[in-house]
Amino acid sequence: MLLKKHHIVEKNVFVLILGIFLTIIIGGIVEIVPLFTMEQTIEKVQGVRPYSPLEQAGRNIYIREGCYNCHSQQIRPFRDEVERYGHYSLAAESMYDHPFQWGSKRTGPDLARVGGKYSNAWHVAHMVDPRAVVPESIMPGYPFLAERKLNFDDAQAHLETLKMVGVPYTDEMIEAAKADLYLQASEDAAYDDDFLARYPNAATGDFDGKPEQLTEMDALIAYLQVLGRMVDFTTYNPQMNLR
Amino acid sequence: MSTKVEKDQVSGRETTGHEWDGIKELNTPLPSWWVYVFWVTVIWSIGYWVVYPSWPTANDYLKGMFGTTNRTQLHETMNNVAAERAPYMERLAALDVSEVVNDAELLNFSMAGGKAIFADNCAPCHGTGGSGNPGFPSLQDDAWLWGGSLEAINETIHVGVRWDANEDTRINDMPAFGRDELLERDQIDDVVQYVLNLTNSATDSAAARRGAVVFEENCASCHGDDAKGIQELGAPNLTDAIWLYGGDKATITETVTNSRRGVMPAWEGRLDEETIKMLTVYVHSLGGGQ
Repeated sequence: MLLKKHHIVEKNVFVLILGIFLTIIIGGIVEIVPLFTMEQTIEKVQGVRPYSPLEQAGRNIYIREGCYNCHSQQIRPFRDEVERYGHYSLAAESMYDHPFQWGSKRTGPDLARVGGKYSNAWHVAHMVDPRAVVPESIMPGYPFLAERKLNFDDAQAHLETLKMVGVPYTDEMIEAAKADLYLQASEDAAYDDDFLARYPNAATGDFDGKPEQLTEMDALIAYLQVLGRMVDFTTYNPQMNLR
Repeated sequence: MSTKVEKDQVSGRETTGHEWDGIKELNTPLPSWWVYVFWVTVIWSIGYWVVYPSWPTANDYLKGMFGTTNRTQLHETMNNVAAERAPYMERLAALDVSEVVNDAELLNFSMAGGKAIFADNCAPCHGTGGSGNPGFPSLQDDAWLWGGSLEAINETIHVGVRWDANEDTRINDMPAFGRDELLERDQIDDVVQYVLNLTNSATDSAAARRGAVVFEENCASCHGDDAKGIQELGAPNLTDAIWLYGGDKATITETVTNSRRGVMPAWEGRLDEETIKMLTVYVHSLGGGQ
Protein backbone atom coordinates (compact mmCIF):
# COMPACT_ATOMS: atom_id res chain seq x y z
CA MET A 1 0.00 0.00 0.00
CA LEU A 2 1.16 3.49 -0.83
CA LEU A 3 1.06 4.58 2.81
CA LYS A 4 3.71 2.00 3.63
CA LYS A 5 6.06 3.46 1.01
CA HIS A 6 6.51 6.89 2.60
CA HIS A 7 10.05 5.98 3.56
CA ILE A 8 10.95 6.47 -0.13
CA VAL A 9 9.97 10.13 0.16
CA GLU A 10 11.62 10.49 3.52
CA LYS A 11 14.92 9.06 2.40
CA ASN A 12 15.31 10.67 -1.01
CA VAL A 13 15.79 14.43 -0.91
CA PHE A 14 14.90 14.96 -4.59
CA VAL A 15 11.66 13.05 -4.31
CA LEU A 16 10.89 15.05 -1.14
CA ILE A 17 11.51 18.36 -2.93
CA LEU A 18 9.29 17.26 -5.80
CA GLY A 19 6.55 16.37 -3.31
CA ILE A 20 6.81 19.74 -1.56
CA PHE A 21 6.73 21.48 -4.92
CA LEU A 22 3.57 19.67 -6.03
CA THR A 23 1.84 20.41 -2.72
CA ILE A 24 2.60 24.13 -2.94
CA ILE A 25 1.42 24.24 -6.56
CA ILE A 26 -1.93 22.72 -5.64
CA GLY A 27 -2.32 25.09 -2.68
CA GLY A 28 -1.37 28.03 -4.86
CA ILE A 29 -3.84 27.14 -7.58
CA VAL A 30 -6.67 26.84 -5.06
CA GLU A 31 -5.86 30.31 -3.74
CA ILE A 32 -5.16 32.05 -7.03
CA VAL A 33 -7.72 30.63 -9.48
CA PRO A 34 -10.76 32.21 -7.79
CA LEU A 35 -9.13 35.61 -8.36
CA PHE A 36 -9.39 35.04 -12.13
CA THR A 37 -13.18 35.27 -11.74
CA MET A 38 -12.99 38.56 -9.82
CA GLU A 39 -14.56 40.43 -12.73
CA GLN A 40 -17.75 38.39 -12.39
CA THR A 41 -17.66 38.34 -8.60
CA ILE A 42 -17.81 42.11 -8.15
CA GLU A 43 -21.26 43.47 -8.84
CA LYS A 44 -21.69 46.06 -11.59
CA VAL A 45 -22.94 49.05 -9.67
CA GLN A 46 -23.13 52.79 -10.17
CA GLY A 47 -21.36 55.24 -7.92
CA VAL A 48 -18.43 53.51 -6.25
CA ARG A 49 -15.45 55.86 -6.56
CA PRO A 50 -11.97 56.12 -5.07
CA TYR A 51 -11.74 57.89 -1.72
CA SER A 52 -11.02 61.60 -1.75
CA PRO A 53 -7.67 62.61 -0.21
CA LEU A 54 -9.36 63.73 3.02
CA GLU A 55 -11.37 60.51 3.26
CA GLN A 56 -8.23 58.51 2.53
CA ALA A 57 -6.44 60.37 5.34
CA GLY A 58 -9.36 59.54 7.64
CA ARG A 59 -9.20 55.93 6.56
CA ASN A 60 -5.53 55.81 7.52
CA ILE A 61 -6.42 57.19 10.95
CA TYR A 62 -9.21 54.62 11.24
CA ILE A 63 -6.63 51.90 10.62
CA ARG A 64 -3.99 53.54 12.84
CA GLU A 65 -6.35 53.68 15.81
CA GLY A 66 -7.42 50.08 15.25
CA CYS A 67 -11.12 50.88 14.85
CA TYR A 68 -11.44 47.57 12.96
CA ASN A 69 -10.72 45.72 16.19
CA CYS A 70 -14.21 46.54 17.41
CA HIS A 71 -16.12 47.71 14.33
CA SER A 72 -16.83 45.66 11.24
CA GLN A 73 -17.65 47.16 7.86
CA GLN A 74 -19.64 44.37 6.35
CA ILE A 75 -23.38 43.90 6.58
CA ARG A 76 -24.05 40.22 6.02
CA PRO A 77 -27.12 39.05 4.08
CA PHE A 78 -29.19 38.10 7.11
CA ARG A 79 -32.50 39.54 8.24
CA ASP A 80 -31.28 40.87 11.59
CA GLU A 81 -28.40 42.70 9.92
CA VAL A 82 -30.26 44.25 7.00
CA GLU A 83 -33.13 45.36 9.23
CA ARG A 84 -30.69 47.15 11.50
CA TYR A 85 -27.95 48.42 9.20
CA GLY A 86 -29.54 48.56 5.76
CA HIS A 87 -28.76 46.81 2.48
CA TYR A 88 -26.17 44.04 2.79
CA SER A 89 -22.67 45.06 1.75
CA LEU A 90 -21.65 44.47 -1.85
CA ALA A 91 -18.22 43.35 -2.98
CA ALA A 92 -18.15 46.45 -5.17
CA GLU A 93 -18.33 48.70 -2.11
CA SER A 94 -14.90 47.68 -0.88
CA MET A 95 -13.21 47.14 -4.22
CA TYR A 96 -11.03 50.24 -3.76
CA ASP A 97 -10.18 49.45 -0.13
CA HIS A 98 -6.54 48.53 0.42
CA PRO A 99 -6.78 46.77 2.78
CA PHE A 100 -10.52 46.20 3.20
CA GLN A 101 -12.00 46.88 6.63
CA TRP A 102 -14.57 44.10 6.79
CA GLY A 103 -13.32 43.19 10.24
CA SER A 104 -14.09 40.06 12.18
CA LYS A 105 -15.48 41.31 15.46
CA ARG A 106 -18.31 43.59 16.51
CA THR A 107 -17.77 44.97 19.96
CA GLY A 108 -19.27 48.16 18.56
CA PRO A 109 -21.84 48.33 15.77
CA ASP A 110 -21.13 47.72 12.09
CA LEU A 111 -20.07 50.91 10.32
CA ALA A 112 -20.56 49.91 6.67
CA ARG A 113 -23.49 52.36 6.29
CA VAL A 114 -22.80 54.86 9.06
CA GLY A 115 -22.35 57.68 6.50
CA GLY A 116 -25.13 60.25 6.81
CA LYS A 117 -26.64 58.53 9.83
CA TYR A 118 -25.43 61.07 12.38
CA SER A 119 -24.43 64.73 12.21
CA ASN A 120 -20.80 65.88 12.26
CA ALA A 121 -21.37 67.49 15.65
CA TRP A 122 -22.51 64.16 17.03
CA HIS A 123 -19.40 62.43 15.72
CA VAL A 124 -17.20 65.06 17.38
CA ALA A 125 -19.02 64.81 20.72
CA HIS A 126 -18.97 61.03 20.52
CA MET A 127 -15.32 60.78 19.55
CA VAL A 128 -14.20 63.17 22.29
CA ASP A 129 -16.20 61.37 24.98
CA PRO A 130 -18.50 58.55 23.87
CA ARG A 131 -20.27 58.50 27.25
CA ALA A 132 -21.34 62.12 26.80
CA VAL A 133 -23.90 61.07 24.19
CA VAL A 134 -24.24 57.30 24.66
CA PRO A 135 -24.02 56.59 28.40
CA GLU A 136 -23.87 52.81 27.97
CA SER A 137 -20.98 52.98 25.46
CA ILE A 138 -17.71 51.20 26.26
CA MET A 139 -15.80 52.84 23.40
CA PRO A 140 -12.61 54.65 24.42
CA GLY A 141 -12.52 58.41 23.85
CA TYR A 142 -10.33 59.90 21.13
CA PRO A 143 -10.22 63.57 22.21
CA PHE A 144 -6.69 64.04 20.87
CA LEU A 145 -7.94 63.69 17.28
CA ALA A 146 -9.59 67.10 17.63
CA GLU A 147 -6.28 68.66 18.74
CA ARG A 148 -3.91 67.05 16.30
CA LYS A 149 -3.24 68.84 13.05
CA LEU A 150 -3.76 66.54 10.08
CA ASN A 151 -0.42 65.48 8.67
CA PHE A 152 -1.05 64.25 5.15
CA ASP A 153 1.50 66.22 3.13
CA ASP A 154 2.18 63.11 1.08
CA ALA A 155 -1.43 62.88 -0.12
CA GLN A 156 -0.25 62.81 -3.71
CA ALA A 157 2.13 59.91 -3.07
CA HIS A 158 -0.62 57.98 -1.29
CA LEU A 159 -2.93 58.35 -4.27
CA GLU A 160 -0.16 57.36 -6.70
CA THR A 161 0.60 54.26 -4.68
CA LEU A 162 -3.05 53.27 -4.57
CA LYS A 163 -3.21 53.78 -8.32
CA MET A 164 -0.38 51.26 -8.69
CA VAL A 165 -2.50 48.60 -6.98
CA GLY A 166 -5.50 49.30 -9.18
CA VAL A 167 -7.49 52.19 -7.69
CA PRO A 168 -8.52 54.30 -10.69
CA TYR A 169 -7.22 57.68 -9.55
CA THR A 170 -6.93 59.96 -12.58
CA ASP A 171 -3.99 62.26 -13.21
CA GLU A 172 -6.31 65.15 -12.42
CA MET A 173 -7.13 63.66 -9.00
CA ILE A 174 -3.46 63.10 -8.21
CA GLU A 175 -2.57 66.58 -9.42
CA ALA A 176 -5.19 68.17 -7.18
CA ALA A 177 -4.69 65.85 -4.19
CA LYS A 178 -3.11 68.37 -1.86
CA ALA A 179 -5.58 71.11 -2.74
CA ASP A 180 -8.58 68.78 -2.48
CA LEU A 181 -7.47 67.77 0.98
CA TYR A 182 -8.02 71.29 2.28
CA LEU A 183 -10.85 72.14 -0.07
CA GLN A 184 -13.15 69.36 1.14
CA ALA A 185 -13.08 70.67 4.71
CA SER A 186 -14.02 74.19 3.59
CA GLU A 187 -17.40 75.69 2.81
CA ASP A 188 -16.26 76.24 -0.80
CA ALA A 189 -16.23 72.53 -1.63
CA ALA A 190 -20.03 72.37 -1.84
CA TYR A 191 -19.91 74.86 -4.71
CA ASP A 192 -16.83 73.49 -6.47
CA ASP A 193 -18.16 71.55 -9.44
CA ASP A 194 -14.74 70.14 -10.34
CA PHE A 195 -14.29 68.70 -6.87
CA LEU A 196 -17.81 67.28 -6.80
CA ALA A 197 -17.27 65.73 -10.22
CA ARG A 198 -14.09 64.08 -8.98
CA TYR A 199 -15.64 62.87 -5.75
CA PRO A 200 -19.44 62.76 -6.05
CA ASN A 201 -21.38 62.30 -2.81
CA ALA A 202 -18.46 63.48 -0.67
CA ALA A 203 -19.43 65.13 2.58
CA THR A 204 -18.02 68.65 2.57
CA GLY A 205 -17.54 71.60 4.88
CA ASP A 206 -15.98 71.88 8.30
CA PHE A 207 -16.39 68.61 10.20
CA ASP A 208 -14.97 69.21 13.66
CA GLY A 209 -16.34 72.64 14.54
CA LYS A 210 -12.93 74.27 14.09
CA PRO A 211 -13.02 75.78 10.60
CA GLU A 212 -9.66 77.47 11.07
CA GLN A 213 -7.73 74.21 11.41
CA LEU A 214 -7.62 70.90 9.53
CA THR A 215 -7.41 68.23 12.23
CA GLU A 216 -7.35 64.45 12.26
CA MET A 217 -10.95 64.65 13.48
CA ASP A 218 -11.92 66.38 10.21
CA ALA A 219 -10.39 63.56 8.19
CA LEU A 220 -11.89 60.74 10.22
CA ILE A 221 -15.40 62.20 10.12
CA ALA A 222 -15.13 62.88 6.37
CA TYR A 223 -14.33 59.18 5.97
CA LEU A 224 -17.13 57.99 8.27
CA GLN A 225 -19.66 60.22 6.50
CA VAL A 226 -19.06 58.60 3.12
CA LEU A 227 -19.23 54.98 4.31
CA GLY A 228 -22.00 53.12 2.53
CA ARG A 229 -23.22 56.16 0.61
CA MET A 230 -21.51 55.59 -2.72
CA VAL A 231 -23.68 52.94 -4.35
CA ASP A 232 -26.81 54.24 -6.01
CA PHE A 233 -29.28 51.57 -4.91
CA THR A 234 -32.03 53.02 -7.06
CA THR A 235 -30.18 51.67 -10.11
CA TYR A 236 -29.08 48.44 -8.45
CA ASN A 237 -30.82 45.23 -9.46
CA PRO A 238 -30.41 42.60 -6.74
CA GLN A 239 -31.79 39.87 -9.00
CA MET A 240 -28.80 40.33 -11.30
CA ASN A 241 -26.39 39.79 -8.45
CA LEU A 242 -27.66 36.73 -6.63
CA ARG A 243 -24.56 34.87 -5.72
CA MET B 1 17.43 3.22 10.42
CA SER B 2 16.20 -0.31 10.45
CA THR B 3 12.78 -1.33 9.27
CA LYS B 4 12.62 -4.46 11.30
CA VAL B 5 9.19 -4.70 12.95
CA GLU B 6 9.36 -6.69 16.15
CA LYS B 7 7.14 -7.48 19.06
CA ASP B 8 7.79 -5.51 22.25
CA GLN B 9 8.31 -7.81 25.18
CA VAL B 10 6.76 -5.61 27.87
CA SER B 11 3.57 -4.32 26.19
CA GLY B 12 3.12 -7.12 23.69
CA ARG B 13 2.62 -4.53 20.90
CA GLU B 14 4.52 -4.18 17.65
CA THR B 15 7.21 -1.54 17.13
CA THR B 16 7.38 0.78 14.14
CA GLY B 17 10.61 -0.89 13.06
CA HIS B 18 12.62 2.31 13.55
CA GLU B 19 15.55 2.30 15.91
CA TRP B 20 17.67 5.24 17.06
CA ASP B 21 20.66 4.38 19.22
CA GLY B 22 18.82 1.44 20.67
CA ILE B 23 15.60 3.34 21.31
CA LYS B 24 12.57 1.80 19.62
CA GLU B 25 9.12 3.26 19.09
CA LEU B 26 5.84 1.43 19.69
CA ASN B 27 3.44 1.50 16.77
CA THR B 28 0.21 2.99 18.12
CA PRO B 29 -2.05 3.58 15.13
CA LEU B 30 -5.25 5.63 15.24
CA PRO B 31 -8.25 3.57 16.39
CA SER B 32 -9.84 1.98 13.36
CA TRP B 33 -13.29 3.44 14.18
CA TRP B 34 -11.71 6.91 13.94
CA VAL B 35 -10.17 6.14 10.56
CA TYR B 36 -13.51 4.83 9.23
CA VAL B 37 -15.38 7.96 10.40
CA PHE B 38 -12.73 10.09 8.71
CA TRP B 39 -13.19 8.34 5.36
CA VAL B 40 -16.99 8.55 5.70
CA THR B 41 -16.77 12.34 6.17
CA VAL B 42 -14.58 12.58 3.07
CA ILE B 43 -17.19 10.68 1.05
CA TRP B 44 -19.98 12.77 2.64
CA SER B 45 -18.28 15.96 1.42
CA ILE B 46 -18.78 14.82 -2.18
CA GLY B 47 -22.52 15.03 -1.49
CA TYR B 48 -22.01 18.64 -0.46
CA TRP B 49 -20.34 19.41 -3.79
CA VAL B 50 -23.49 18.19 -5.52
CA VAL B 51 -26.06 19.91 -3.31
CA TYR B 52 -24.37 23.23 -2.48
CA PRO B 53 -22.29 25.70 -4.52
CA SER B 54 -18.73 24.39 -4.63
CA TRP B 55 -15.98 24.44 -7.24
CA PRO B 56 -15.07 27.35 -9.50
CA THR B 57 -15.21 26.63 -13.22
CA ALA B 58 -13.61 28.53 -16.10
CA ASN B 59 -16.17 31.34 -16.18
CA ASP B 60 -18.57 30.45 -13.42
CA TYR B 61 -18.93 28.05 -10.51
CA LEU B 62 -20.87 24.87 -9.73
CA LYS B 63 -24.18 26.17 -8.38
CA GLY B 64 -25.40 23.02 -6.67
CA MET B 65 -28.75 21.26 -7.08
CA PHE B 66 -30.90 23.99 -5.55
CA GLY B 67 -28.86 27.06 -6.53
CA THR B 68 -28.60 28.02 -2.86
CA THR B 69 -27.08 31.41 -2.08
CA ASN B 70 -27.17 33.58 1.03
CA ARG B 71 -28.67 36.39 -1.00
CA THR B 72 -31.61 34.32 -2.33
CA GLN B 73 -32.22 32.99 1.15
CA LEU B 74 -32.29 36.53 2.49
CA HIS B 75 -34.74 37.63 -0.21
CA GLU B 76 -37.04 34.76 0.70
CA THR B 77 -36.81 35.59 4.40
CA MET B 78 -37.51 39.27 3.80
CA ASN B 79 -40.44 38.46 1.51
CA ASN B 80 -41.95 36.33 4.27
CA VAL B 81 -41.41 39.12 6.79
CA ALA B 82 -43.00 41.63 4.44
CA ALA B 83 -45.97 39.32 3.93
CA GLU B 84 -46.47 39.03 7.70
CA ARG B 85 -46.30 42.77 8.14
CA ALA B 86 -48.29 43.58 5.03
CA PRO B 87 -51.72 43.96 6.73
CA TYR B 88 -50.25 46.65 9.02
CA MET B 89 -47.94 48.23 6.49
CA GLU B 90 -50.67 48.66 3.89
CA ARG B 91 -52.89 50.44 6.39
CA LEU B 92 -49.95 52.54 7.60
CA ALA B 93 -49.25 53.55 4.01
CA ALA B 94 -52.88 54.44 3.36
CA LEU B 95 -53.53 56.42 6.53
CA ASP B 96 -52.33 59.86 7.46
CA VAL B 97 -50.10 59.90 10.51
CA SER B 98 -52.77 61.69 12.56
CA GLU B 99 -55.22 58.88 11.77
CA VAL B 100 -52.75 56.15 12.75
CA VAL B 101 -52.97 57.08 16.43
CA ASN B 102 -56.75 56.60 16.40
CA ASP B 103 -56.42 52.99 15.28
CA ALA B 104 -55.64 50.96 18.40
CA GLU B 105 -54.09 48.07 16.51
CA LEU B 106 -51.86 50.27 14.35
CA LEU B 107 -50.91 52.38 17.36
CA ASN B 108 -49.75 49.23 19.13
CA PHE B 109 -47.81 48.09 16.08
CA SER B 110 -46.21 51.51 15.60
CA MET B 111 -45.20 51.84 19.23
CA ALA B 112 -43.46 48.46 19.23
CA GLY B 113 -41.73 49.07 15.90
CA GLY B 114 -41.00 52.73 16.62
CA LYS B 115 -39.23 51.86 19.86
CA ALA B 116 -36.77 49.54 18.09
CA ILE B 117 -36.20 51.96 15.23
CA PHE B 118 -35.67 54.84 17.65
CA ALA B 119 -33.14 52.86 19.70
CA ASP B 120 -30.97 52.19 16.68
CA ASN B 121 -31.28 55.39 14.68
CA CYS B 122 -32.24 58.21 17.03
CA ALA B 123 -31.03 57.31 20.53
CA PRO B 124 -27.32 57.95 19.82
CA CYS B 125 -28.10 61.69 19.59
CA HIS B 126 -31.43 62.15 21.38
CA GLY B 127 -30.59 59.70 24.16
CA THR B 128 -32.30 56.50 25.24
CA GLY B 129 -36.03 57.19 25.38
CA GLY B 130 -35.43 60.66 23.91
CA SER B 131 -33.92 62.17 27.06
CA GLY B 132 -31.69 64.49 25.04
CA ASN B 133 -28.02 65.44 25.16
CA PRO B 134 -26.31 68.84 25.06
CA GLY B 135 -26.85 70.06 21.50
CA PHE B 136 -29.39 67.32 20.77
CA PRO B 137 -32.87 68.19 21.99
CA SER B 138 -34.87 66.19 24.51
CA LEU B 139 -38.01 64.73 22.95
CA GLN B 140 -39.72 64.21 26.29
CA ASP B 141 -40.48 67.82 27.21
CA ASP B 142 -42.91 70.39 25.85
CA ALA B 143 -40.22 72.49 24.16
CA TRP B 144 -40.24 71.90 20.40
CA LEU B 145 -37.96 73.79 18.05
CA TRP B 146 -39.87 72.96 14.88
CA GLY B 147 -43.20 71.89 16.33
CA GLY B 148 -44.38 68.92 18.33
CA SER B 149 -47.53 67.94 16.47
CA LEU B 150 -47.63 64.61 14.65
CA GLU B 151 -47.40 66.40 11.30
CA ALA B 152 -44.48 68.57 12.38
CA ILE B 153 -42.53 65.62 13.82
CA ASN B 154 -43.22 63.58 10.69
CA GLU B 155 -41.92 66.42 8.53
CA THR B 156 -38.78 66.94 10.64
CA ILE B 157 -37.89 63.23 10.45
CA HIS B 158 -38.38 63.33 6.67
CA VAL B 159 -36.28 66.37 5.84
CA GLY B 160 -33.93 66.75 8.79
CA VAL B 161 -32.55 70.02 10.08
CA ARG B 162 -29.87 71.90 8.12
CA TRP B 163 -29.25 68.69 6.18
CA ASP B 164 -27.90 70.14 2.97
CA ALA B 165 -28.49 67.02 0.89
CA ASN B 166 -32.25 67.41 1.35
CA GLU B 167 -33.83 70.26 -0.61
CA ASP B 168 -36.71 70.76 1.80
CA THR B 169 -34.65 70.52 4.95
CA ARG B 170 -35.65 72.70 7.89
CA ILE B 171 -33.20 75.54 8.04
CA ASN B 172 -32.54 78.75 9.89
CA ASP B 173 -29.36 80.59 10.54
CA MET B 174 -28.76 82.49 13.71
CA PRO B 175 -26.15 85.17 13.01
CA ALA B 176 -22.81 84.85 14.79
CA PHE B 177 -23.20 88.23 16.48
CA GLY B 178 -19.72 88.27 17.97
CA ARG B 179 -17.65 86.49 15.35
CA ASP B 180 -19.15 88.50 12.51
CA GLU B 181 -18.94 91.72 14.55
CA LEU B 182 -22.63 92.51 14.40
CA LEU B 183 -22.63 93.42 18.09
CA GLU B 184 -20.01 94.91 20.37
CA ARG B 185 -18.62 92.90 23.22
CA ASP B 186 -20.55 94.86 25.86
CA GLN B 187 -23.77 94.68 23.84
CA ILE B 188 -23.44 90.90 23.89
CA ASP B 189 -22.89 90.94 27.64
CA ASP B 190 -26.03 93.09 28.01
CA VAL B 191 -28.24 90.89 25.85
CA VAL B 192 -26.98 87.77 27.63
CA GLN B 193 -28.05 89.37 30.93
CA TYR B 194 -31.45 90.16 29.34
CA VAL B 195 -31.85 86.52 28.25
CA LEU B 196 -30.77 85.28 31.67
CA ASN B 197 -33.33 87.63 33.22
CA LEU B 198 -36.11 85.91 31.27
CA THR B 199 -35.61 82.90 33.53
CA ASN B 200 -34.81 85.08 36.58
CA SER B 201 -31.14 84.21 36.63
CA ALA B 202 -29.57 87.55 35.63
CA THR B 203 -26.65 88.72 37.70
CA ASP B 204 -26.63 92.35 36.54
CA SER B 205 -30.06 93.96 36.34
CA ALA B 206 -28.78 97.23 34.84
CA ALA B 207 -27.16 95.31 32.00
CA ALA B 208 -30.36 93.29 31.55
CA ARG B 209 -32.32 96.53 31.09
CA ARG B 210 -29.81 97.77 28.50
CA GLY B 211 -29.98 94.34 26.85
CA ALA B 212 -33.71 94.71 26.25
CA VAL B 213 -33.00 97.22 23.49
CA VAL B 214 -30.36 95.00 21.90
CA PHE B 215 -32.77 92.06 22.03
CA GLU B 216 -35.60 94.01 20.42
CA GLU B 217 -33.40 95.18 17.57
CA ASN B 218 -31.48 91.96 16.90
CA CYS B 219 -33.22 88.94 18.34
CA ALA B 220 -36.96 89.60 18.52
CA SER B 221 -37.58 89.10 14.81
CA CYS B 222 -36.93 85.37 15.24
CA HIS B 223 -37.34 84.69 18.95
CA GLY B 224 -40.42 86.93 19.17
CA ASP B 225 -41.02 90.15 21.10
CA ASP B 226 -41.89 88.09 24.16
CA ALA B 227 -38.83 85.79 23.55
CA LYS B 228 -41.16 82.80 23.51
CA GLY B 229 -39.80 81.61 20.18
CA ILE B 230 -41.42 81.06 16.79
CA GLN B 231 -41.77 77.44 15.73
CA GLU B 232 -42.22 78.23 12.02
CA LEU B 233 -38.69 79.66 12.12
CA GLY B 234 -37.31 77.01 14.42
CA ALA B 235 -36.45 79.73 16.93
CA PRO B 236 -36.44 78.40 20.48
CA ASN B 237 -38.39 79.76 23.42
CA LEU B 238 -35.91 81.54 25.70
CA THR B 239 -38.26 81.87 28.67
CA ASP B 240 -38.91 78.23 29.54
CA ALA B 241 -35.55 77.45 31.22
CA ILE B 242 -35.09 74.54 28.82
CA TRP B 243 -31.72 74.88 27.12
CA LEU B 244 -30.38 72.97 24.16
CA TYR B 245 -26.74 73.91 24.73
CA GLY B 246 -26.88 75.19 28.30
CA GLY B 247 -28.40 78.14 30.17
CA ASP B 248 -25.39 79.43 32.06
CA LYS B 249 -23.82 82.78 31.24
CA ALA B 250 -20.77 81.38 29.48
CA THR B 251 -22.78 79.06 27.22
CA ILE B 252 -25.30 81.73 26.21
CA THR B 253 -22.43 84.14 25.50
CA GLU B 254 -20.86 81.46 23.31
CA THR B 255 -24.18 80.94 21.50
CA VAL B 256 -24.67 84.65 20.81
CA THR B 257 -21.03 85.12 19.80
CA ASN B 258 -20.58 82.17 17.44
CA SER B 259 -24.17 81.03 16.82
CA ARG B 260 -25.15 77.37 16.74
CA ARG B 261 -25.85 75.17 13.77
CA GLY B 262 -27.23 71.89 15.04
CA VAL B 263 -27.76 69.34 12.31
CA MET B 264 -30.17 66.44 12.08
CA PRO B 265 -29.95 64.01 9.15
CA ALA B 266 -32.91 63.65 6.81
CA TRP B 267 -34.31 60.12 7.11
CA GLU B 268 -36.34 60.24 3.91
CA GLY B 269 -34.82 57.61 1.61
CA ARG B 270 -32.93 55.94 4.43
CA LEU B 271 -36.10 54.82 6.20
CA ASP B 272 -39.29 54.09 4.25
CA GLU B 273 -42.54 56.03 4.63
CA GLU B 274 -44.25 53.49 6.89
CA THR B 275 -41.23 53.29 9.16
CA ILE B 276 -41.13 57.08 9.51
CA LYS B 277 -44.83 57.06 10.46
CA MET B 278 -44.16 54.46 13.15
CA LEU B 279 -41.26 56.54 14.41
CA THR B 280 -43.41 59.69 14.43
CA VAL B 281 -46.07 58.01 16.55
CA TYR B 282 -43.41 56.75 18.98
CA VAL B 283 -41.64 60.11 19.31
CA HIS B 284 -44.97 61.90 19.74
CA SER B 285 -45.79 59.56 22.63
CA LEU B 286 -42.57 60.21 24.53
CA GLY B 287 -44.18 62.88 26.62
CA GLY B 288 -44.10 66.16 24.78
CA GLY B 289 -46.30 65.49 21.77
CA GLN B 290 -48.72 68.29 20.97
